[in-house]
Amino acid sequence: MSLVRNHVLLSIDAGTVMAGARAVEKALVEEIAKQGLTDEIAVLETGSVGTVGQGVVMVVYPEGVYYSNVTPEDVPELVEEHLLKGRPLKRLMLAETPKQAVITKEKAGLLKEQPRIVLRNCGVIDPEKIDEYIAEEGYMAIGNALTSMKPEDVLEEVKRSGLVGRGGASFPTAMKWEFARRAPGDIKYLICNADEGEPGTFKDRLILEGDPHKLIEGMLLAGYAVGASKGFVYIRGEYALSIERLEKAIAQARDYGLLGVNILESNFSFDIFVMKGAGAYVCGEETALIESLEGKRGHPRIKPPFPANAGLWGKPTVVNNVETLANVSEIIRNGADWFRGYGTEKCPGTKVYTIIGNVATPGLIEAEMGTTLRDIIYEYAGGIQGGKKFKGALIGGAAGAFLGPDMLDVQMDFVNLKEYAAVLGSGAILVMDEGADVVDLLQSVLHFFKHESCGHCAPCRLGTAQLVKLIDRIAVSKGSREDLNKLLRISDVMRDTSFCPLGQSPYLPISSSIKYFGDEIGARIR
Amino acid sequence: MYREAILKKFRPSLDNILYILHDLQDNNPQRYLGKDDIRVTAEYLNVPYSYVHSVASFYTMFSLEPRGSNIIRLCDSPPCHLMGSKSLLKYLKDALKVDIGGTTKDGKFTLELTSCLGACGVAPAMMINDEMVGNLTPERVDAILERRRKES
Amino acid sequence: MITATINNIQVEVPEGTTILWAAKKANVNIPTLCFHPDLKPGGQCGVCVVEIEGIPGLSRSCVTPLGEGFRVRTHSPKVMNARKEIVEMILANHDTDCLTCIKNNSCELQGLAATLGISTVEYAKLAERLPIDRSSVSIVRDPNKCILCGRCIQVCSNVQTVNALAVNHRGYDTVIGTAFSAGLGNSVCINCGQCVVHCPVGALYENSSVEAVWQALHDPDKFVVVQEAPAVRAMLGEEFGMPPGSLVTGRMYAALRRLGFDAVLDTNFSADLTIMEEGTELVSRLKSGQKLPLITSCSPGWIKFMETFFHDMIPHMSTAKSPQQMFGALAKTYYAQAKGIAPEKIVSVSVMPCTAKKFECLRPEMKASGYQDVDYVLTTREIGRMIREAGLDLKELPEEEADDIMGEYTGAGTIFGATGGVMEAAIRSAYFLVTGRELENLDVQPVRGLKGIKEAEIDIDGTKVKVAVAHSGGQARALLQKVQQQMATEGKSEYQFIEVMACPGGCVGGGGQSWGSNMAKRARRGEALYEDDKARSHRRSHENRSVLAVYEQFLGKPNSERSHELLHTYYQKRSPVDGKVINE
Repeated sequence: MSLVRNHVLLSIDAGTVMAGARAVEKALVEEIAKQGLTDEIAVLETGSVGTVGQGVVMVVYPEGVYYSNVTPEDVPELVEEHLLKGRPLKRLMLAETPKQAVITKEKAGLLKEQPRIVLRNCGVIDPEKIDEYIAEEGYMAIGNALTSMKPEDVLEEVKRSGLVGRGGASFPTAMKWEFARRAPGDIKYLICNADEGEPGTFKDRLILEGDPHKLIEGMLLAGYAVGASKGFVYIRGEYALSIERLEKAIAQARDYGLLGVNILESNFSFDIFVMKGAGAYVCGEETALIESLEGKRGHPRIKPPFPANAGLWGKPTVVNNVETLANVSEIIRNGADWFRGYGTEKCPGTKVYTIIGNVATPGLIEAEMGTTLRDIIYEYAGGIQGGKKFKGALIGGAAGAFLGPDMLDVQMDFVNLKEYAAVLGSGAILVMDEGADVVDLLQSVLHFFKHESCGHCAPCRLGTAQLVKLIDRIAVSKGSREDLNKLLRISDVMRDTSFCPLGQSPYLPISSSIKYFGDEIGARIR
Repeated sequence: MYREAILKKFRPSLDNILYILHDLQDNNPQRYLGKDDIRVTAEYLNVPYSYVHSVASFYTMFSLEPRGSNIIRLCDSPPCHLMGSKSLLKYLKDALKVDIGGTTKDGKFTLELTSCLGACGVAPAMMINDEMVGNLTPERVDAILERRRKES
Repeated sequence: MITATINNIQVEVPEGTTILWAAKKANVNIPTLCFHPDLKPGGQCGVCVVEIEGIPGLSRSCVTPLGEGFRVRTHSPKVMNARKEIVEMILANHDTDCLTCIKNNSCELQGLAATLGISTVEYAKLAERLPIDRSSVSIVRDPNKCILCGRCIQVCSNVQTVNALAVNHRGYDTVIGTAFSAGLGNSVCINCGQCVVHCPVGALYENSSVEAVWQALHDPDKFVVVQEAPAVRAMLGEEFGMPPGSLVTGRMYAALRRLGFDAVLDTNFSADLTIMEEGTELVSRLKSGQKLPLITSCSPGWIKFMETFFHDMIPHMSTAKSPQQMFGALAKTYYAQAKGIAPEKIVSVSVMPCTAKKFECLRPEMKASGYQDVDYVLTTREIGRMIREAGLDLKELPEEEADDIMGEYTGAGTIFGATGGVMEAAIRSAYFLVTGRELENLDVQPVRGLKGIKEAEIDIDGTKVKVAVAHSGGQARALLQKVQQQMATEGKSEYQFIEVMACPGGCVGGGGQSWGSNMAKRARRGEALYEDDKARSHRRSHENRSVLAVYEQFLGKPNSERSHELLHTYYQKRSPVDGKVINE
């Protein structure tokens, strides 16, 4: 057996694949063979290494050199220079290794500063190989749980950890599990909500693509705690690679006896099924998701009953977000106290963000709860693109809030964001530089809601249409002060009377944009 | 006949309806769900014809109108909007000489808008059939259209 | 029990009671729009919202159960404002040509806007005009009026299990309609009209024949005969503000005569005739043991339902035509002959509680007389409009009699209008046909009432006949699926005779009834028919002298060759996609 001299980790996620990662991979393997280096250089696929918008990205170890925007044409030069001659190819190197980029064991010293719970393996392991996940202590938590913990113990540990849902509502995860666990009935279901549709959000996609086994393990633990024997992952139809990766991972887990009947010779049986959506933002609402899963239109249901009592096919059901479930194995493996060592007293743990828009290095980051917006933008995303001034940010996607410069130093967690807390879940941070047009952005937000309203209830169906009519008028400087008031008035009524969170959402972006950028919007009034 | 083969891949259970519709649409030469697609699904799942139509019409990934061989779905959610999707839409409309939802005369392209594709890191982005393309500029759009024209 | 306060008034209600119902205990009416007492609430409109202390936002009272200790405010400033805004938005998206709308003065949205004191609509008009669906001979659908309350969908899919209408597309583009906008006339719609009677606005109404009938009445060359279905006499009064269940037979005759009909006859007569034909058919099937159970065929909605969804039941159907069509076939033959009127001069009009009758009369096979047997069908609502147009008030009219020779009826004929009535009438005569003796107790109680599926066992001289009655498409489907299963596993069904009516409550709940109907009103109309039955001097169809005369002078005997020619029909398979006849 020969000694591998260099590892080339090629980032394979939807972003790099669309930038041509497959072609680069092919060229790389061929070129390495051509140079007779096959035994010395290992080409490994990994999930997102944390960068986006940088084309095809790869990291060469042990040097830890990052290359971006690699094309197949670059490959011969790169192989010859770096892999054969040992001279890193300057012209393709990332100027500065982004902070949010992959944390390897060599860089473990940075862990304190760069806590990685959810994304621990993303960009480090080959997501298509279960052995790599296992080598990183994967499936240890479920192994421990099944051999030495009762379901109640798992639940208790998660309760002590203070984990709350990372999908939006920030509801205590263990409490949700407990409701379903206590609900009468033998058949219970666990659903993983991977219908990530909030504009600007793609963290769940990168988790699914980068570390699908972590989700599977999280679901196993949740299923064990709740008493469910079937799990479903509802993934939006546009996420082709996520679906492919997860299905592969599920098949591997089944092969290893980690899914199926009497897992690890315990009495616990659990299996996971993937469900593909077909384009409906509202299916991110848990009861609409359940309807869709049952083969219906994705209309939200009347509550009560809540899913914990009567969910999928009328059975007690827990619906958890991908990121939430991805925390669970780490909590069980390392303990609740360890988890509480991250984040703030009231909001332990980390949060995964997608930071996009006018920033220097858009990407995926994981930061402790309570990190300020300023740090996220300037420390992790390289500041504003082109050295421009920060104008504001839209946090949490369309259903989110506009924040102005005076919010830069607010600690980002569910407590400190107060009335904006719900927007943290999606983790989308859309940064605007001084040139950005707030009205234009608000217009896009309101069009989004009109397009995505399910149409079931009058306040949302008609309200979103009226909002669009008004903002379209304001956007072309034909609106009046009264139109602006109407925006607030309608969205306020919608917030009080809409059937589900979708119709309740427009109020926040409207009121926050007026709060922080009222002058700019006012200047558009005729 | 190909429809029967598709149906047989799935248990005749209502929770498979989206999978079945995806598969039927992908295999329809005009990339849409026609009356026959709706009918066979209704028969297979033992649900009313109107039900299948109602479900299909809810989800934006399904079309009930014939479409071109390349379906362009340009993202117009706020992140792409911020990064210039509006001008790209105009560019695409002009380049293809179609409006939103329209199909080019040669049947090669249908232009649609879509909500967030989760490709915000490379905004503005679009999907062309199953392929995601990001960091769009008029030049890139031209190149992509040209390639697709040659392929089909 | 739950104790809570509503507007500071303490109420006590059983657990699970919604706030909407509980508020009535505090003598407060919470306004509603999409809510209908007979349907499962869907929470679409948001008009019935209330404020509950400690719960953010507003809650829909139609679906929110009252909780222990709740402090509810039904008319707080916040609530009243929200209601107004919602209704204004609905109005901004609604075709508000109220004065020419069929629902003017009976429209629930119009009423609600008035109740809420809406005087202006500040919102931009949004709606684009959509084409009106006139593809059906029975029902017109105007999407411009539709407010997407979902009642028609509930009743079409859940109550009737027809599924002609569905919610299509989504968001602001949501429309209710048929698949691929094919139109009701090109769908599985059975024309029952339950969508029409449940619609709160003018989005669904009958395809009217009022103009055509006026023309016929004004044409001196035409001899216009009219028949009225059993149920009409128990519901027409409501068109004139009389309480549900008012029996107005005599005033109805008087009104029709004053409208100018040349002969005022009665469908109840041909209902009795139907019993003679169908009862004879039942007796012969019971004797031969063939094609059992026998299933009734009076309800045209049910006929299309069966032809579409239960192809294997065709042989089980009674071949007897409905009373309307029996009447029609005789009007242009027997009646024309007897009265010496040329059949081509006769215009045959029927007044029905039903929209499906409009479809039935146009079926190509319904030309036994050599002409279209029934020319025009008017619903109860349409005849109500005509009477009002003519300046008449039913309440003030005297009671008159029907004309001869097709106007006499028995109690058996009149109960056709209520669910179980055909069954009961048939039992009364079948007993006689088999035994030659009269049934002692004429009231067959187990088949009466509004229970979904009713069963009874009748002893006819030692032969036990098991019967079942279903009303509404959903109940019919359930019953027939049970029959199918029994036939598949045991080779035969436990039932020998089944009555099916397409509408909940039978014809008194038909698609032609007055606006604003509900099950409580249907029940009272049914009771009125049983009272009519009880008051008749004859209560068995075979005692109807006019019917006996038809056989004597014209048909021979029941199920004779001539009867078959004129009074019997056949059925065809229809497609569950578009409801069209499948040509094999």
